[in-house]
Amino acid sequence: MTDILIIILSTVGALFSLLAAIGIIRMPDTYLRISVNTKAATLGVGLMLVSAAIFFQDFAVTTRVQAIIIFILLTAPVGAHLIGRTSYFTGNKLWKGSVVDDLKGKYNIKSHELQSKNVDDERKKRHIERTDQ
Amino acid sequence: MSTQVYLQYVVIPILILSELMVFVRFLKGPSVIDRVVALDLIVTIGIGIISIYSMITDTSNFLDIAMILALIAFLGTVAFSYYLEKRNKND
Repeated sequence: MTDILIIILSTVGALFSLLAAIGIIRMPDTYLRISVNTKAATLGVGLMLVSAAIFFQDFAVTTRVQAIIIFILLTAPVGAHLIGRTSYFTGNKLWKGSVVDDLKGKYNIKSHELQSKNVDDERKKRHIERTDQ
Repeated sequence: MSTQVYLQYVVIPILILSELMVFVRFLKGPSVIDRVVALDLIVTIGIGIISIYSMITDTSNFLDIAMILALIAFLGTVAFSYYLEKRNKND
């Protein structure tokens, strides 16, 4: 029974890792690749670590596995957000099939601050007010 | 067929195949960001390989190294993103 559980969990985890690899090689865009990296790979590695915990059935191993899984679950989104933000600033273009870009014009390019209003609109409005006076 | 034989001849080849495919993106990647993401994924799949290998060899000490690798991968990603953004800001 334990063997079947280990085989199922490790195989599904390996297949998810394979899906992540296929995604990172086939996706057309840096942002989509980052998305694949965080979701599929985290699930695959988590399943493989759980299968290791079931295999050993030892308190020390289970504690280590829990620590690794929680660490990966905490750090993967943070790292993905940081690298995606950097990618947006360094001027990586979105894929041409992308429908919406919510961040367009909302980042101040010089100070790297995010604003809720459109930066260019603000600048234009100020310019118009100045010309009116 | 024991579990360890199955792991050695089915699961490990799948993982090595995916590792090679990520490495192709690491070599090809058009921008530095793609390479950083591919490096992160290489280390993440490496953690999976370590956990499977610790089952094959029946040695649970390898999982400590997996924990350290997870830490180093996160630190690498954060450092790369920090310095790449700074380099862009100074231009």
